[in-house]
Amino acid sequence: MKEHIVIRTVSRGLIPFIQLFALYVVAHGDLSPGGGFQGGVIFGASVILYVLAFGMPEGRKRISEKMSDILTSTGVLIFAGIGVMCLFAGGAFLEYNALAIWSDHPEYAKHHASHLGIYGIEIGVGITVAAVMITIFFETAGHYDD
Amino acid sequence: MIDLLLLFFLVVCALAAISIKDLLSCTIMLGAYSLVMAVVWMRLNAVDVAFTEASVGAGMSGILMIAALSRTKRGEAGGKNKRMFDFRNTLIFLVVVVTCGILIYGTMDMPDFGDKDAPAQTHVAKRYVEKGYEETAERNMVSAVLAGYRGYDTLGETTVIFTAGIAVILLLRRRKRR
Amino acid sequence: MIEFVLGKYNYWIHILLMMIGFYAMIAKQNLIKKIIGMNIFQTAIFLFYISVGKIDGGTAPILWEGGGPYDNPLTHTLMLTGIVVSVSTTAVALAIVIKIYKAYGTIEEDELLEIIAAEVSEDGSSKI
Repeated sequence: MKEHIVIRTVSRGLIPFIQLFALYVVAHGDLSPGGGFQGGVIFGASVILYVLAFGMPEGRKRISEKMSDILTSTGVLIFAGIGVMCLFAGGAFLEYNALAIWSDHPEYAKHHASHLGIYGIEIGVGITVAAVMITIFFETAGHYDD
Repeated sequence: MIDLLLLFFLVVCALAAISIKDLLSCTIMLGAYSLVMAVVWMRLNAVDVAFTEASVGAGMSGILMIAALSRTKRGEAGGKNKRMFDFRNTLIFLVVVVTCGILIYGTMDMPDFGDKDAPAQTHVAKRYVEKGYEETAERNMVSAVLAGYRGYDTLGETTVIFTAGIAVILLLRRRKRR
Repeated sequence: MIEFVLGKYNYWIHILLMMIGFYAMIAKQNLIKKIIGMNIFQTAIFLFYISVGKIDGGTAPILWEGGGPYDNPLTHTLMLTGIVVSVSTTAVALAIVIKIYKAYGTIEEDELLEIIAAEVSEDGSSKI
């Protein structure tokens, strides 16, 4: 166990910053290079680093199978849900400008509504991509005893 | 000059990744290939794509291949009496050369590299560049096109990666014994 | 003639990369080598497409004050989708390779064909 102590100590200190960076990349998708996919992959990579440093059973305790399955579907649900909300607001599917009718001054809020709609979509994509990366890694790298 | 050097690195990495017998070394050469590809895309000012390739190609693809290699064999079989220039390999090489010739013939009509009046730059991409910020409120034009103008394609892409996750679960997860 | 070559030689290098991947996909016997060849092929296609969208003297497609001509953002977006589809395909292909190894014990194509031909001639059904 002694040879793992460097990896474990460094990972323990570094993983929170990696996850924070992933959230930064998702949130600044409209100002700098980035967006949903890149942030989701970086978040998945941080969980994979945890599993590589501490072992697979310890990693499974942090993210159970049920949680990763639920998170995979939640992201797509958020994406399609925002599209359907635009339908309820009177526009076309995924027309974010129509979400402005629920604000106090609809004629000035179109810009802002589009901004918020795209934020919601990027968050949904980020959640799905992170969960899928974690799921694929756990499934391909586990079960050594077969 | 530096672009030529990077392209030369790319060709060398690709040739090494398909010729080495030890599959772990091939995976690492594939990771190096993805990294140099990301640098080439930075030189072509494609920053979003370079970001994605550096994280997905050099990171995720590499680790998935190493995980798959740990559950199968690490070395490629030498072959009983396979030689480099037997009939099958020569035929395949001829097919590849013919395809290469056809594709190069197809690029004869293309506009030059970096041409400002090429058809790719003057039809719908011009509208995306000029009116992107006022219609979608995104300064990053790639996000404006991805989530604003072509949001339906992004929904399809998210569904594709979701389906890949489901497929891997169905193929590899063991059912619990009741 | 010389400026014809200078204007187009980078497309030819991209086609050379595509052909390296294409050759690996068809000619190699190991299944994982085929998947590596598929990855090289796909990445070279993205490189070809992105180099179509470059403008001389253009900058990255992010809006800022005083920015000159911007590169074409449409090519970047389409290739971003392509990269995500490429990693999905690679993941499912590797899962199938793991299942094949579990069922047959080998991942070389010629040995697999021999085993499957022997099984089919025995009883008319396969082992999966």
